[in-house]
Amino acid sequence: MSALAHPLAPDERAVSARDLAWLIGSLLLVIAPHSMRAPWWLTALTLCLFAWRYSYALARVKLPSRWLVLGVAALAMLGVWIEYRTLFGRQPGILLLSLFAGLKLLETRSHRDAAVAAFLGYFLIITNFLYTQSMPTALLMCAALFSITTTLIGFSAPQRAPRANARTAALLLAHAAPAALVLFLLFPRVQGPLWGLPQDAYTGMTGLSETMSPGNLASLAQSDAIAFRAEFEAELPPPALRYWRGPVLWDFDGRTWSIGTGPLVEFEPPQGGRATYRYAVVLEAHNRHWLFALETAASLPERARMRFDGQLISTTPVRNRMRYQLTSVIAPEQAEESGGVLRRALRLPPRANPRTVELAGQMRAGAASDEEVLIRAIDFLKAGKYTYTLEPPLLGLHSVDEFLFSTKAGFCEHFASAFTFLMRAAGIPARVVTGYQGGELNPIDRVFTVRQSEAHAWVEVYLSNRGWVRVDPTGASVPGRIESGLARSVPAGEPLPLMMQQRLEWLRGVRYQWEALAHKWNLWVLGYSPERQRDLMSAIGMRDADWRALTASLFSILGLITLGLLAWSLRHLVRQDPVQKAWGAFCGKLAAQGVKRAPQEGPRDFALRAARTLPAAAWTILRIGALYIALRYGARARAKGVERLKRLVRGLRLA
Amino acid sequence: MIAGFIDRRPKLANWLYGFTPPERGTVVLVHRRVYIVPARLGWIFGATLAILLVGSINYALSLGFALTFLLTGMGLAGMVHTARNLARLAVSAGRAEPVFAGESAQFRLYLDGRAAFDRPAILARHLGSGAQLVVDIPSGALVEVVLAVPAERRGWLPLGRVMLETRFPLGLFRSWSYVEPDARCLVYPRPERSPLPPRGADTAAGALRSPVPGNDDFSALRGYQPSDSPRHVAWKAVARSDDMLTKQFTGEAAAELWLDWRLLPAALGLENRLSRLAGWVLAAEREGAQYGLRLPGVEIAPERGDTHRAACLQALALYQETTA
Repeated sequence: MSALAHPLAPDERAVSARDLAWLIGSLLLVIAPHSMRAPWWLTALTLCLFAWRYSYALARVKLPSRWLVLGVAALAMLGVWIEYRTLFGRQPGILLLSLFAGLKLLETRSHRDAAVAAFLGYFLIITNFLYTQSMPTALLMCAALFSITTTLIGFSAPQRAPRANARTAALLLAHAAPAALVLFLLFPRVQGPLWGLPQDAYTGMTGLSETMSPGNLASLAQSDAIAFRAEFEAELPPPALRYWRGPVLWDFDGRTWSIGTGPLVEFEPPQGGRATYRYAVVLEAHNRHWLFALETAASLPERARMRFDGQLISTTPVRNRMRYQLTSVIAPEQAEESGGVLRRALRLPPRANPRTVELAGQMRAGAASDEEVLIRAIDFLKAGKYTYTLEPPLLGLHSVDEFLFSTKAGFCEHFASAFTFLMRAAGIPARVVTGYQGGELNPIDRVFTVRQSEAHAWVEVYLSNRGWVRVDPTGASVPGRIESGLARSVPAGEPLPLMMQQRLEWLRGVRYQWEALAHKWNLWVLGYSPERQRDLMSAIGMRDADWRALTASLFSILGLITLGLLAWSLRHLVRQDPVQKAWGAFCGKLAAQGVKRAPQEGPRDFALRAARTLPAAAWTILRIGALYIALRYGARARAKGVERLKRLVRGLRLA
Repeated sequence: MIAGFIDRRPKLANWLYGFTPPERGTVVLVHRRVYIVPARLGWIFGATLAILLVGSINYALSLGFALTFLLTGMGLAGMVHTARNLARLAVSAGRAEPVFAGESAQFRLYLDGRAAFDRPAILARHLGSGAQLVVDIPSGALVEVVLAVPAERRGWLPLGRVMLETRFPLGLFRSWSYVEPDARCLVYPRPERSPLPPRGADTAAGALRSPVPGNDDFSALRGYQPSDSPRHVAWKAVARSDDMLTKQFTGEAAAELWLDWRLLPAALGLENRLSRLAGWVLAAEREGAQYGLRLPGVEIAPERGDTHRAACLQALALYQETTA
């Protein structure tokens, strides 16, 4: 029996040009987003492979020999290696995979090979999510999923019209949805990763870095990407207080400020303070340890520590979107800083920026206190007619001197760097703080959005009687920056990120709607984590649900869903034809009066005989007979007639 | 191996397959009789799901989980759909025209979808011979499947067990069911070409009674009957009138043509003698002769025409040697 060719076995069925066209179309949908990241020659090669295979199908000739295919594969791998110097990273790995999809097609003869290529297509869908899980990507991938499924159905039913196959695919996906939802919610989630990830797994994330040199904040500020979102419980802080503290930079080598090393400290909630804000932050992945807090953090999120300089540090790098609750307080009391820290806050590279050092000397001379030096420095910046620009001129060896005395144009990192240097040279401990300043409230969902374009750098100086005090030299010389944001502070004509541009007011409403939706998507779909699962379980009454409880409930619900589907599949089959049912009821009523239909008796003869036997109801009986014949054997008038037949039979009174 | 084990135990097979063959009338494939197992592609699909799941966990991809679980749900739904493609299908057998041994019996099966949906790609396979056909059953339609089963031996050929199988829609599962409808085909003996025996052969002696051929003496014209040989049509008479007329011959054709079992040597063996007789029946019919058939215990009076021919051939097909 098994020796016979089996016409349903996928090994036995040759791929037709139609199957191939569907398969290629589906694969193109899946790899389209990758092509934007791939080198052009790889995309072109993959397309050529598809076209090559399809031409074979049209010409109905034998496929190329295995050796030729292997040769192309080897060449492609060599090309990828030359491009990336490795084959195993995320990017080269995925590109090779999409290339192999094309190569697999070149040796696809039977439906079995084609089905394996379709499964590869399913797998390629997930590779897109490594780069972005946004709603548009999800929609495109839904289309790809639908297309691949239609393709697979086409393999099983080669004679069927593609439209019918697409309908079946839609039905299958609709039937899959309940089970998918239950699995999504209840499948026991574990915190990944299970093993080491490739070196380049987390590249391409934007954000602040451990260092700051002239120009790098300005380039970050041209990105529209969202840094984080915050939801405040009560009112928002006023614009002047919207300083989101990030990495604190201590060490300066004459050009670059860096974060340096520093101990983590035991967290102690600060005392006093002017105002308290409670909020939740949804931080985008940036592959670093630090978290952002408004001004001074007065609480510590889960799995986070605090550095000696007040910076919040996550125990693991933020590689996925992360949500944390936080309380902040404005200007609390400060403990006295240790001498070691203050000495570090005074350190300067030797022989750098002589003019600035000289200026600091002049400011210090004759000043009664540190505060007076500070005021003189701020006045100096205010009077200096400095320009705030996203395109700062390049700086040479003595970067601070050049900025302060000759170029006089820069972005916030130039101001912060120069001011900190000036303070240290004048003997006042100072440090650079990077983070974000500003943010935008979405009126739709009252979520506060902070973008990369709001990246900022400012200074904290240590005054012996007040502790660390924030000074924003950018704000001092370009006051509009803090009050009204980046867009109104840079000269007109400079390239601003699209979202910051003023003239697209009409786009704003659409954008707010879209971002509110995207935030919900992030929170509820993408942010469904082990913690959220625990919350959901306790919300429905399963406190402390471990994986066993989850698996048990999961399988019982899946069983119920399958039973439901089975019942559905029987529904169409068991249900009797309504016309036949009404006719059966009619025959039953007549039989109760002694007029039994003989098995060979047709409906017309039976109705005539019954009408003669029961003359009182003759008219109705004849109408029912005629209607039944019309519905059963006629070509037209379905739904209405069925209803009338039912009504007539129900209303038939014989006794 | 398992299949062989089951097939050697009919009672076990009947219990397992849910019916006792042969089944009369219309057979409805209730769920109890529809089996389903993952096909090889199903296992590959499962492996793909496992890889997707591990990848989703490793990279904490929410949409990866969503995709994996949607595909899992689709596998489940696909299983139900595959079973549905066969479930409640109504199978009935049609008439199979008699054939000669060595030819193929054309068994007709009617597959009645009885559903508001179509049932694509259903394989009907005759397990005994491997005769098979893939059909699509449109919604609410009745589809005829003709299975050409080789007929080796004369006599009644029962259809035997037929497997209906489908893998629609995804090919991940293989669902099948067995039916054994009460259908049989009459198989005539394999006809052997040989010259007709002489007319009026003496049945008693086995010697020739009269060498006179039966269609010499023209006696009258009668109305044409469709079974009449064209050589006996009175073409000249037809040319004169519009009626088709057939020349009738009297017959000391009384020297009738008897196709007699005893004309053949016993050494030939039972089957060969029956084959020779079947060949004679065909030849006699072709000549338009009146012929009768004599077998031990069976005698069919001389006659001609399709019905007569069929009766003779059936007698030959079903002849059982009673005496040892």
